[in-house]
Parts: sequence; C-alpha cells; structure tokens
Amino acid sequence: MRRTLTLATTLLATPALAQQGPLTILSWGGDFAAMQEQAMARPFSEQAGIPVRFVDTDDPAGMVKTQVEAGNVTADLASVGQGAGMRLCEEGDALPIDPASLVPPPGGGAVAQDFLPHTLTDCFVATDIYSTVIAYDTEKVAQAPTSAADFFDLERFPGRRGLGRTPQFTMELALVGDGVPLDQVYDVLATPEGVERALAKLDSISEQIVWWEAGAQPIQLLADGEVAMTHAYNGRVFKAAQVDGLPLAILWDAQMMEVEGWVIPKGAPNHDAARDFVAFSTSPEVLADAAEILPYGPPRRSAQEMVGNFAGDGTTPMGPHLPTAARNMTNALFVDPAFWADHETELRARFTAWLGGE
Amino acid sequence: MASALDPHAAVVAGASGASPRLTTADGQPLARALARASARARRRAFLLVAPLLLFVVVTFVIPIGQMLHRSIYNDGFAANMPQISAWFAENPSGTQPDEAAFAALAADLKTAADIRTIGIVGTRMNYDVPGTRSLFTSTGRKARAGFEPPFREALIEADEDWGDPTLWRAMRSASTAYTANFYLAAVDRTRDDQNSIVQVPERQQVYVMLFQRTFWLSLVITGLTFLLGFPIAHLLATLPMRKSNLLMILVLLPFWTSLLVRTTAWMVLLQQQGVVNDILVWLGVVGQDGRLKLIYNQVGTIIAMTHILLPFMILPLYSVMRTINPSYVRAARSLGASSWTAFRRVYFPQTLPGLGAGALLVFILAVGYYITPALVGGSSGQLISNMIAMHMTETLNWSMAAALAAILLASVLVLYWIYDRLVGIDNLKLG
Repeated sequence: MRRTLTLATTLLATPALAQQGPLTILSWGGDFAAMQEQAMARPFSEQAGIPVRFVDTDDPAGMVKTQVEAGNVTADLASVGQGAGMRLCEEGDALPIDPASLVPPPGGGAVAQDFLPHTLTDCFVATDIYSTVIAYDTEKVAQAPTSAADFFDLERFPGRRGLGRTPQFTMELALVGDGVPLDQVYDVLATPEGVERALAKLDSISEQIVWWEAGAQPIQLLADGEVAMTHAYNGRVFKAAQVDGLPLAILWDAQMMEVEGWVIPKGAPNHDAARDFVAFSTSPEVLADAAEILPYGPPRRSAQEMVGNFAGDGTTPMGPHLPTAARNMTNALFVDPAFWADHETELRARFTAWLGGE
Repeated sequence: MASALDPHAAVVAGASGASPRLTTADGQPLARALARASARARRRAFLLVAPLLLFVVVTFVIPIGQMLHRSIYNDGFAANMPQISAWFAENPSGTQPDEAAFAALAADLKTAADIRTIGIVGTRMNYDVPGTRSLFTSTGRKARAGFEPPFREALIEADEDWGDPTLWRAMRSASTAYTANFYLAAVDRTRDDQNSIVQVPERQQVYVMLFQRTFWLSLVITGLTFLLGFPIAHLLATLPMRKSNLLMILVLLPFWTSLLVRTTAWMVLLQQQGVVNDILVWLGVVGQDGRLKLIYNQVGTIIAMTHILLPFMILPLYSVMRTINPSYVRAARSLGASSWTAFRRVYFPQTLPGLGAGALLVFILAVGYYITPALVGGSSGQLISNMIAMHMTETLNWSMAAALAAILLASVLVLYWIYDRLVGIDNLKLG
C-alpha cells in the first residue's frame, strides 16, 4: 500500500527545486497565517535573510503525514494542533525539538518552566492557545450568565443554544454544566456512566439546541438572533465584537483551551533553518506581537505582560481578551488530546447515535 | 450481371467454397487484407481513447481500488509488531499468552517506541478496543527504558490492562493485516468473547440507522424532484422555443451557482428568524413563538437537496419530452380517451426513459451527498456520507471510511442492477 502510494505521489509531485531554498511552512491560511506571516515570518526573514513561504491547507498535519509517508517532504515546518503534534511525534513523522534551543525568558530561568503546561512536548513547541468559549448576545439576555451551568438553565436564560455538532467540547461542557469539577471532567467522561450523564444533561436542553458545523456559523447564528448563547471560538467572537461591532460578550467560565504550535516534519529539506525559525517565533517578544494581532494567548508566562494593544485599532488593550489572561484562566479546561485520541471513535459513535435518536 | 454487383455475392461465393478465393487487386486474400485494415483502424481508435483510459485508470480506478483495499487491509499492528504477530501465527487461537508471548510483546513495544511507530500500533488497536491507544503509547515510553524479565509481571505492573483477554483477542485479530472487522463495524456488528458475530450495544448502533436514513431520504428527494420537475419539464418541452429557452435559463441558473451559495441561501430563507418565518408571522399564519423549524433538521436537508438536485431530474425529462410526438396524444383523444387516460396510457409511458435517467441520477447523487446535509441537516438530517467524511478527516480511520464507502457503492450497484432488471438500462436517456 505504502509503496504504491509512494510511487503515485512521486509520479505526480513536482521534484523539490533546491535543497537550500526558502523556508516552507504549512499553515491554515486566512487570518491565522496572515498573523504568522506578519508577526513571525517577516521579522525572521529580515534578521536571518531566509525567505519564508506559506502554503495554505485545511489540514497541515495530514499533509505532513502524507509527505513523510511518500518520502517526498517539501515542508520545513507545520502549524498543527497539540493532538496532531502528539500523534505525528508518536508515529515518527516529526523531528524532536530540543527545549534548550529555544530562547530563554528575559529574566533568566528555564525555558521549560516558562512555557505553560502541555505547551512544550518532544516534537512540539506551542505558538498560541485558543479557546472554545460560551458567547452570548448582550442585548438578548436579561442578565449576563456567570457560569457554565447557566448555559443549561433555560428558565433564567431563555433562548436557543448553539453547540458544535461534535462530542468534543460539547460533552465536556455538559459535564461541567452538570457540576463536574474541571479537573475530573476527563476521568468522568472515560466511564460509560459519565458519557450517559453528559448526554442526559444535553437531553435537558435538546429542544433548544441549534447544532453548528463550521466555526463561522455560531457568530452568524448570534447575529441573526437564532440563538441566545452559543459555544464559539474566542477569536471569532473577538473579531465580531471588536471589528464588526456586534453586541457580543464572552463568558470565560469553563473555557476549553487548545494549543497550536510547530512541528518539523521528518526529512524537512531545511530543518536547520526551521529550528532557527521555531526558536525565533516562540521568543516571548514575538509571541506577544502575535497576540496583539489575534486574540490567542501566548503559551509563555513571560510573554503575557508584554502584550500591548490590539493591532487592529491600536487602542483596545489585548491582555483581557486572551484566553491566557489570569482572570480568564480561573476556571479553564485544557482539552486533553490524549483522551480524545483514545476515545474519539467510540464517543463519536455514541454521540451520533444519540443525535439520531433525538 | 446483377449478382456481380450484389454486396453479398462474395460471402455467398466464399461460403459455398465452389468458386476461387477472392483476392484484392494486388493479389492478397481479401479476408486477410480486410482483417488487417480493420485491426489498424481498431488500433488507431484505441490510441485515440488511450489518454482518456489512462486518465480514468490513474485518477479513478487506482485510487478507488486502493481505498477499497484499505477496507480489508490494515497492517498498522502486523507490520510494526513482528515478534508478537509471529507468536500469534505459531499458536492457535485460544492459547493463553505465555511468558514467550509477553517477551515478544515487550520487545516489539520497545522497538516500536524507539523507532516511533508505537502511535500507529496504538491507533490500529484503538479501532477495535477503544481506549487502548494511550495504553500502547504510555507503555511504549516505559519500554524504552527496558523491561526486565519476567515480562508478564513487568508488563502487567506497567498497566494491568495487559492481562485483559479482550485486548489479547483483539491483538490476535490485528496480527494479520487482512481483516473483515471494519465491515463488521460498518454494520454495527462486533465479535464477542466466543469470537462469534454479535450486534454492538444499542447505544453504539449508528451506521445501519444512517444507511437506512440515507436511502429513505434519497428516495423522498427523488420523489419530490419528480413531482416538481415533471410539470416544469413538460412546460419547457411544449412552449415555443423562445419562451422555453428563457425558462430553461431559469432552471439552469441555480445549476450554475455554487453549491455553497445555494445552501447558505436556504439558511437565510429557512432559519427561525429567516425570511420564510418572518413572512408567516407577518401573515399571522404562525405566532411569534410558534416559528417553524425548517432548517437544521431533516426538513432542511430535504428542501435544500430537492432544490439543488432538481435540474438533474428536469434536464433528462425535458430532452425526452421534446421528442414525443404530440399527435399521439391527439390521436388518443380523438379516439375517445379522456385527457387523464391519454396522459396515463399514451404520454407518460413515453417519458419513462427520461424519468428513469433523472431518478437514477438524482438518487445516486443524493445517496452520496455531503456538504448540504452537513450544513443544514442539524442532528436528524445527517447522512452516511457525513460519517465517511468524519472518519476520513477527524478520526483518521480510513479503513472504516473505506468500508462504509464500499457498502454504499455496493448498494448503489445493486440498485442499478434492480433498475436494469425492472426498466432496462437500454431505456435510459440522459439527454
């Protein structure tokens, strides 16, 4: 199988043009890659004299896997989620990255201590932390919700609810809304009783749920007045509120944080330059610059205080809008990719069966 | 004289064997020259279609073949755990794992962890025994430091799940790369402790229900496109050319519009705060609190897909109706048939080739539809294709996706065969 794939791909792919070329980075495109380009790639090119080329894809990890399996790696670096980074590392598709090669925090001290938990692993160095949060229309709710339990309280907070049509985040939110402490969410969800408990909680509001599929939908649902509250990505809510001026607000309680970062594919043509880029782009200063462009939290403690105003308007202080702001982190859940790698298939099957029987 | 000009004369003469062999002007036997010439023509014709053939083979046959192969073949365990796989091959099913087995397992885990293939092994096992991926990766990390004999105790100390007979049975089944397990899972079946095939617990059953729903909704959508499309096609076919061309553009315009645009347009129209509901409330048909749920459910999927697939019904119907001679119906009427009888007995049967083609097209497209149900289907409007996409892009269980797709493909082929038996594929007219 793999041999035929190799053959097919080598036949179809154009040969790598040169060994010493521009740094090729696989990223997600859109605002996110634009941020990486502006905050990381441009200053890096100026300093190191190495041009950086972005390739947009909706699945950087999948592309890394395909390239490594086909033995024709053209990417030097890829922006992937923590779970994908873990998988690529365990399946031998990514090169290890030595924490000692990263830029130490300004006050001195160990790099590993400066990174938040889960953000620095064998082959993966985090660049930002984004979050799935509860967003609501300030004009539609009589009072502001204060906890995840309010999401499930239709009496005090009438109106429909938006949820992603995926067990991920939805099951966690249901458990938190049912009173499970954040640090026990995954232990509970690992048991069949926990799964049924989460679904029973969802049952209690199922008549009012509007399921969404793509990240842009929840904002649209809020803007159209289709829902009063919805799960949504914090970056999208921020943009809708700050840039487009919609009356939206974020409830940070039970926010679900996910980590995005770099992996270097095995066989990357310019892996030395890629390592330099990783070190440069994850230095506290650059991470803070990045967080001023998009409201994704820098994964390093030392970068938090360096974050200034939102680059889009130059006046809004960005700090309070980041998932990693101390005030927003008081009750936050780090999404556990290891749990989902173990249980995704089974939970999706159960979740889909539940949806179908609704 | 007349017989010399008769084109059959040569055949007759050759068959009788009485007259001398026919030859060409340069003395060659006619039969051989003819065969040579037609072979040349065939070769040339083949060369003309060769690029297309190659294109189809490279872009269609090989990938689909590879994909189907994946549904029965997954060497994630067998290729990366050679020693324990060999132990399974030597010892018949039912053998209790002995110290040799645990030693082989420990050695394989260490190697897989060292060369970083442990994740592949864990992912493969996780398909059959949910929750075991981290068992492999975490034990793999410990294995890199090395296990001391006795390996059985060492492994069970690392994680007691290594003593679980379910896990060993699953490893045995995964130790051969060829497996039917993905097909079993795709019809909500699994193997129990006695290795016999049983249904998965009711709460986990999803695929059979989705297959049924997919075929049922496709049938409903095909029926609706027929009901809506037949009168339009008839109108198009009977109007004067200039008017019918104008109407035809109206039919084709949505056909040329991006699928996503049409789907999102339906979202704007049908949502509870949308145009349709606003009008209904304004007319007083429904109250402000009684706004209809027209989208993010099966209703939404049916409405949006019927609209999107309508041209596929109209176009074949139209092309067939254009060729129907109106004098047949007139003749039927003049012979005393009522207009309904003339339609039912004379006109409608003549439209069947177009109807068959349209229905087949719409149905097959609907069965594989993905983006529209994903966007407007809510929870009850999801189809099997959404599950295939999920396995392709999210759980990355391509073998499972391939098994589901193969079943879908097979059922469409069966339907095609039934159609051929009932209607006859020769009666199909696509335009």
